[in-house]
Amino acid sequence: MSRPKLPRKSTSIDMTAMCDVAFLLLSFFILTTKFKASEAITVNTPSSVASKVAPDKDIVLITIDKNGKVFISLDDESKKVFIATTLNTTKNLNLDVNKFAKSKFFGTSFTQLSSFLNIPEESRKGNLLPGIPCKDSINNELVDWMKIVNDSYQGQKVNLLLKGDNLSKYPSFKNVIYAFKKNDFLKFQMVTNPESVPIGSDLWKMNQSKSGSKED
Amino acid sequence: MAEMDTSGGGHKKGPGVKKGKKLSTRIDLTPMVDLGFLLITFFIFTTTMSQPTAFKLNLPKEADKPDNDTKIKNSGALTILLGSDNHVFYYEGILDPAGKNFKSSTFKDIREEIINKKRSTDEKDFFIVIKPNEESTYKNVIDALDEMAINVVKRYALVEISEGENQLIKATEKFSKAN
Repeated sequence: MSRPKLPRKSTSIDMTAMCDVAFLLLSFFILTTKFKASEAITVNTPSSVASKVAPDKDIVLITIDKNGKVFISLDDESKKVFIATTLNTTKNLNLDVNKFAKSKFFGTSFTQLSSFLNIPEESRKGNLLPGIPCKDSINNELVDWMKIVNDSYQGQKVNLLLKGDNLSKYPSFKNVIYAFKKNDFLKFQMVTNPESVPIGSDLWKMNQSKSGSKED
Repeated sequence: MAEMDTSGGGHKKGPGVKKGKKLSTRIDLTPMVDLGFLLITFFIFTTTMSQPTAFKLNLPKEADKPDNDTKIKNSGALTILLGSDNHVFYYEGILDPAGKNFKSSTFKDIREEIINKKRSTDEKDFFIVIKPNEESTYKNVIDALDEMAINVVKRYALVEISEGENQLIKATEKFSKAN
């Protein structure tokens, strides 16, 4: 006599091992996430479909915050030393070269630069500083900055990055571009958040055909 | 799920034993494992995608010479104007003196327009001009340049807006705000 319903045997799996594996993986990922350094200048960049990762070597970064203030930062200390000495000789600013080289970014006019360097590092916040003046084409100090940067790099490859805030208005962007053009910096990159390519668009189709031909 | 096994401690062990019942608790660990894996996937996704990407832009040289080498037909040109508050206006060809071909749009619809214009014109005549006014934001400009990349527009230019166009934008914005 066969019963239509077989007797159900209960299987209880011991989940301890799975739990251990899960938490091991979790701790691995927690330890390997690098938290990005808290920036002195808060910027929300727009997103774009560009797929190239922003470089992080040999960069000159121009930041435009939401009020249109312009800040410049370089990552190469030797170039900063060169810039400091040039500024001291050409503009008679008497800057402390070491402090200048250690500073992460600059955001004041030339005359206020030495007082800026006297502020301790932690208190140098973007919203308290006036930014490099470049409101119009006559009073554009960024042109001088870019000229000195150009001299310091002397033909070596430099990655010029522009990081603008979503809410900054077009005139500040235009003035920064003007400073670049004046110094023959015609190729630059804008830092954005990654965004996926909309499906069905021409760019998406191009990417599909490119990846298809690569697989062959 | 979780169960408390009380059947085993039913009988008395003997006199003098206060704790006769021994309760064994078996907890089901499945929800804990689910949570664990959820957190893992969160961290997997946030670590790989935190690198900012760079959008390359090449500026043309200070062009003092007129467009002799770049012969473009005005009918193949689409001009996109960026105003304040994420307003987008566009017109095809040359701006009509009466402003008849001046239309307004949003960022989502402008993609349709670009695709339509691209399909209807010759590839060597198709050309987009982006003119942001002083009230437009950096985000507007980047979004416009992004649309160029998404729709694979080979020729485009970022130029200064003219006074007449700016007036037209301001008048249209005031009109739409009043309504």
